[in-house]
Amino acid sequence: MKIVVLVKHVPDAAADRKFDEADYTTDRVSVDSILSELDEYAVEEALKISDAGDAEVIAVTMGPEQAQDAIKRALQMGADSGVHVLDEALHGSDALATSQVLAAAIEKVGEVDLVFTGMASTDGGMSVVPAMLAERLQLAHVGFVGELTLDGGTVRARRDADVTETVEAALPAIVSVTDQINEPRYPSFKGIMAAKKKPVQTWSLADLGIDAGSVGLSAAWSVVASVTARPPRTQGEVVTDEGDGGAKLAAYLADQKFI
Amino acid sequence: MAEILVLVDHADGAVRKTTTELLTIARRLGEPSAVFIGSGYDAARDTLAQFGAAKVYVAENPELVDHLVAPQAEVLAQVAATAQPAAILLASNPDGKEIAARLAIKLESGLITDAVDVVAADAGITTTQSVFAGGYTVTARVTHGTPIVTVKPNAATPEPAQSTPVEEKVAVSISDTAKRARIVERAARGESGRPELTEAAIVVSGGRGTGGDFGPVEALADALGAAVGASRAAVDSGWYPHAHQVGQTGKTVSPQLYVAAGISGAIQHRAGMQTSKTVVVVNKDAEAPIFSMADFGVVGDLHTVLPQATEEITKRKA
Ligand SMILES: Cc1cc2nc3c(=O)[nH]c(=O)nc-3n(C[C@H](O)[C@H](O)[C@H](O)COP(=O)(O)OP(=O)(O)OC[C@H]3O[C@@H](n4cnc5c(N)ncnc54)[C@H](O)[C@@H]3O)c2cc1C
Repeated sequence: MKIVVLVKHVPDAAADRKFDEADYTTDRVSVDSILSELDEYAVEEALKISDAGDAEVIAVTMGPEQAQDAIKRALQMGADSGVHVLDEALHGSDALATSQVLAAAIEKVGEVDLVFTGMASTDGGMSVVPAMLAERLQLAHVGFVGELTLDGGTVRARRDADVTETVEAALPAIVSVTDQINEPRYPSFKGIMAAKKKPVQTWSLADLGIDAGSVGLSAAWSVVASVTARPPRTQGEVVTDEGDGGAKLAAYLADQKFI
Repeated sequence: MAEILVLVDHADGAVRKTTTELLTIARRLGEPSAVFIGSGYDAARDTLAQFGAAKVYVAENPELVDHLVAPQAEVLAQVAATAQPAAILLASNPDGKEIAARLAIKLESGLITDAVDVVAADAGITTTQSVFAGGYTVTARVTHGTPIVTVKPNAATPEPAQSTPVEEKVAVSISDTAKRARIVERAARGESGRPELTEAAIVVSGGRGTGGDFGPVEALADALGAAVGASRAAVDSGWYPHAHQVGQTGKTVSPQLYVAAGISGAIQHRAGMQTSKTVVVVNKDAEAPIFSMADFGVVGDLHTVLPQATEEITKRKA
């Protein structure tokens, strides 16, 4: 069984995230970055399957040079190999272009049974790439999965969307997981050492047969017209409870016409 | 005037409030056409007319309900192909976003998600989004194909505008590929008698500081007619159901008033409530980061502050 896990390298949410001044793209260079936390759950779910049986786990990413750190982390956790799609032309790609590139990469990996992704990246947070991939690859997609069982060639999943649903899909399929599904492992010392010897391939757009003109900022199907930093919320009145905190709270709400 | 398609978000015909907001926005952009997919249209008819749908495309077929979103995307693409709309609006919830994503590929069109406003500007339909946990406001436009926009709850105040919609039945043909993910069981929506979390005008949330007793949080919520939310710490402790989690990996809420009680204000929590209009905080630690975004705050124990506030509110209402 062959499993691809899509991982993304993102600006650390705890750091000061910002936009590139010149072209309004997310600043992915000068800000501390990490493997998107939400992707660790995807890596873990793939590893659980490979721990229990016979599966090859391949971590795939697309992004600038530093994005290899996301692959490295997946390899340290236990993935078998990595693929890094790296090309200057990719800068500023929108979700549509991203899904085009990742779909081509999954096809090039070949004979993939399962694709795991996180429920959203912690930066763009659109949650649309997995469904776009499914549409391009003509595969089933089950998103927001909080529990998964694999039974032969069928996945059975608990989907925690607006209501909770139980969904079945035949493989091959794309599954996006939430933080409810498992507890991601920390890389062990052995895992960190082993990762150094694991193969990582770097593919360019040409390797994937994609025209550089169809991706990147200039090919995006939407444009950002303006970006305004919101003044930080100014802190309002804070009172210390001296036996009348609740009454003061009620008075404030009445004042603001919430009562 | 060009049609604006609005995908109706409903449960067996019970139209959700977000759809009435989308119809209100659509009226400002062009002529609103509702697209009803699923079953139970009879129950939805009046609401769609009340909020000004000029036309309703009706696709009723059990296969649409038995599968995940792929068949709905096919129907919507089918309608869009004949209607040639100026834009397509969907709710920014899990189903809405997945349908929008598939639709963008099918129609080769640009997609903007999580808009908090959509307006018709000289340059074309323009959206406003709030990104990086509310730190930035971004305006954007789709430049290729039909603009597809998912809109967050509470982006507009629903304004009724009675109409007599033209109804058009859509002949549904679903491909086998779209039927690959089958829903075998669907849990009923929780019946708390309170408003739905993502739609509510007021949300009262509790965190680890409740110590597991959500009684004071629920009582305040009921006095205010509010929905109840929870932090992940409270959900992980098993104190409140996951469906009520607010934050990055829970629900995103954008109410008029958000009350955070016993919540420290981690970035993942703020990501889910940062666009709330007014924020009120009750926390016994004056240094808790959540105070930095409070419009009003009380440093104190929620177990005494909330019940006193509830009592006072009940008195004022009487
Ligand atoms: C990948 C990932 C995703 C996450 N997603 C989410 C998410 O969607 N939503 C979310 O909320 N979190 C999320 N988190 C968790 C987040 O980082 C915090 O751990 C969590 O929000 C903390 O919850 P809390 O504020 O209730 O608890 P704490 O941080 O423990 O804060 C409790 C607060 O209660 C106060 N308090 C204690 N007792 C009282 C009392 N008697 N009266 C008044 N105040 C009191 C304390 O002073 C403290 O400020 C996520 C984390 C990760 C890694």
